[in-house]
Amino acid sequence: MSAPSAKQGPGLLWIPLLGCFAFLYLPILVVVALSFNSGRSALNLQGLSLRWYAEVFRDGDLGHALLNTLLVATGTMVVSTVLGTMLAVGLVRHARSTALDAFAMTPAILPDLVLAIGLLSFFSWAGISLGLGTVMVAHTAFGTAFVVAVVRARLVQLDGSLEEASQDLGAGGLTTFVRVTLPSIAPAVVAGALLSFTLSVDEFVIAFFTNGPSSPTLPIEIYSRVRFGVTPEINALASLLLLVSVVAVVAGALALRRTETTDDD
Amino acid sequence: MTTVTRGRRAAGAAFLGPGLLFTAVFVAVPVLLVLSYTVFQRGRFGGVVHTFSLDNFSRALEPTFRSVLVSSVVTAAVATLIALAIGYPVACAIARLPERWRTIALVLVVIPFWTNFLIRTYAWIVLLNTQGVLNDALVGAGLVDERLDLLYTRGAVVAGLVYVYLPLMVLPIYASVARLDRELGEASADLGGTRVAGFLRVTLPLSLPGVVTGCIFVFVPSLGNFVVPELLGGGKTVMVGNLVRDQFLKARDWPFGATLALFVVVLLLVLFALQSLVSRRYSVEAGR
Amino acid sequence: MTTEPTTEPLLRVRGLTAAYGDVQALRGVDLDIGDREFFALLGPSGCGKSTLLRSLAGFEQPASGTVELAGEDLLAQPAHRRPVNMMFQSYALFPHLTVERNVGYGPARAGLPKAEIATRVAEVLRTVGLEGLGRRRPSQLSGGQRQRVALARAIVNRPRLLLLDEPLSALDRNVRAQMQLELKRLQHEVGIAFVVVTHDQDEALSMADRVAVMSDGLVQQVAAPEELYRAPANRFVAEFIGRSNVFEGAAGPDGLTVGGRLLPGHGTGSFLVVRPEDVVVRPRGAGAGAVLSGRVLETQFSGGSTAIAVAADGVATASGQPLVVTQAGAPSVQRGAEVDLSWSPDAARIVA
Repeated sequence: MSAPSAKQGPGLLWIPLLGCFAFLYLPILVVVALSFNSGRSALNLQGLSLRWYAEVFRDGDLGHALLNTLLVATGTMVVSTVLGTMLAVGLVRHARSTALDAFAMTPAILPDLVLAIGLLSFFSWAGISLGLGTVMVAHTAFGTAFVVAVVRARLVQLDGSLEEASQDLGAGGLTTFVRVTLPSIAPAVVAGALLSFTLSVDEFVIAFFTNGPSSPTLPIEIYSRVRFGVTPEINALASLLLLVSVVAVVAGALALRRTETTDDD
Repeated sequence: MTTVTRGRRAAGAAFLGPGLLFTAVFVAVPVLLVLSYTVFQRGRFGGVVHTFSLDNFSRALEPTFRSVLVSSVVTAAVATLIALAIGYPVACAIARLPERWRTIALVLVVIPFWTNFLIRTYAWIVLLNTQGVLNDALVGAGLVDERLDLLYTRGAVVAGLVYVYLPLMVLPIYASVARLDRELGEASADLGGTRVAGFLRVTLPLSLPGVVTGCIFVFVPSLGNFVVPELLGGGKTVMVGNLVRDQFLKARDWPFGATLALFVVVLLLVLFALQSLVSRRYSVEAGR
Repeated sequence: MTTEPTTEPLLRVRGLTAAYGDVQALRGVDLDIGDREFFALLGPSGCGKSTLLRSLAGFEQPASGTVELAGEDLLAQPAHRRPVNMMFQSYALFPHLTVERNVGYGPARAGLPKAEIATRVAEVLRTVGLEGLGRRRPSQLSGGQRQRVALARAIVNRPRLLLLDEPLSALDRNVRAQMQLELKRLQHEVGIAFVVVTHDQDEALSMADRVAVMSDGLVQQVAAPEELYRAPANRFVAEFIGRSNVFEGAAGPDGLTVGGRLLPGHGTGSFLVVRPEDVVVRPRGAGAGAVLSGRVLETQFSGGSTAIAVAADGVATASGQPLVVTQAGAPSVQRGAEVDLSWSPDAARIVA
């Protein structure tokens, strides 16, 4: 037997590790610090105040953009979860084809710019006018691929004989899917739903190309403002969005940990 | 016998149908459509005229455009290499942390990634600004005499790209290295190698698939990105993404824009081919 | 050679073939299984027994052949409509349902009224010895209990045929012997035909009324356990069931000629099979009528009997292994001794 390898720590590698974290968080922390500025400067801290946060909450345009984003994201989440889950089941249980697998994944692999111009051309050619609906369709197209990935990973781990047992006991295909498969993949379906929701909320490039002029999503609204330079209000907005991300990621990581430890087999 | 098989086929079609149809109609068709525009021409008022022509390709190779294509590739490549130089040691460092710290470290790496990338890019505008904090620090520490114009340079664009896509480099390499360290580090030590030799001869080559994946995850989005060049590079740094966006939304020459986008797609396919080659040669499975 | 069931067969399989890609899993299987029979499919891995079982259940589609269950074409029906139930090797209990709901799944799908489902479930749980555990979940049960749930879940639907896929392989050794008896008792009590797939011949021989020995996609022999042992139909069955000494040569009216010597036996074919316990070993020259002479290589005493390995002069077994003789009690000869071997012509069979 080989000598047991002691768990060596990072050693010298602490330097790049900490340096990397500093690199990743420094800009964000600067923005967060500046968001509490009491003065009107976006770049220099003059005092502490929450006035810019109040501005954000008062801002009607931001509110509308947020609403649009939530609408689109909710619609995307529902449709892509349904399509993605069914597609994952089809790929794993019915057609074991690497070609179909790859095809289902293409939206996730394609650069978003290419998908964006493609959809713009398509909607134009088909005579469909651009608006939140087209953004939702676009987001669903690429959200579905992510749902497929997540559900598929869970499905592959599942004991295939559960579904066979269900059929053996008299349940047809659809009943088996609803009573046996779905309960077994439920955590993955939920994860996929949350994933497609989040991706839609954050998505900018495709929305930018496929949206109409009158109802911007939040990322589009942010982009229009940021193009004109830095403002303290944007600092506050950025900090709020960062907070949402932190909460979401930490909650997701905790939930993931819980599902792993309460797994039965 | 045949009725049973037919029933099963129908079930399969019912599950696969909707998703595949949706993907076909809203992904495959649009992409093929826009790529077909490369051989057509712009109509007088901005539409697409279906006369076959290769003008777009020759135009894309004209000096002005060619230089943009080349500099885009260079910029994206530089950003990728920097991300690799930072990402690889970081991934190894995380792989060596004790179990509980590893999850925390990964979460810390992932949090910025889940923040809207516009916000992250914006943070650099704030940071690099001539009146901003970084300049304050540099001047205050006496490192420079007067404030630097850090923003609106190609360097700022590269920094922005690295910043936005760094987590995508760290995660695949970490996945590769974490598996390897465990399985092979002991074998290498057992056979009498030093840690450095073990790394160079065993870990490094076998982590290559993770490295290639990470590089693709950084290079391709960097190439097609137009937000970072616009926000951090101002009008001075133009990349392929900016050109495509301008052709589609301002100049309304969609066929030409599609041609420029085709460039990105072709590069993507080349990189994928490279990746499957590397993963086949250097996969751990090959050694089982 | 092949014994028929005592009554009109419940299940008739004729000419079943099946393939996975290029591999032929079943090459033309013919089988009859009687009502209330405990039937075993026995063979090494890859012989096709699992494919056959799954074809009966409806999870594999045979390429050709017919299967009739009580006169009806079984293959025309999809799995969920067949009056056949299966107990899976992994038990496949639904983890998100209680024991009661697991067992009641089949009746619920059949649309039985709730009261009747409850009665049936309670009754069958009592039959398998799991009374009172109805509200538990599979994760809260031991391996043996889970198996009983899987059995209960299959039986409660009163199928014509119950298929069991390696039912005892997941159990600890000590539990296995007990479960063998349990299964036999259960089968008698519910009166359903059981078809068990196993690679363990001790299991098959001790539990089944009749066993089908399979190899390479074909049924080699179907018979009651004693007959399989006593009268194997061919070389494969002879070597697979129990231990045997097999010789290859030319058959004649009195026996098999191998390397110039005549080995006594009856039958047709080119292989002679004689069981270790039927071979008598004596010191060289101790008596007349020696079939072969040889030298003792090794003796292995294990309590009730001894196995003696002998290298026979001038004659090799078909597998190249030494000849094995078993004796009751302690060995009568020592290692290195020169010995004579003989057996009665009725004890040896010549097979194909």
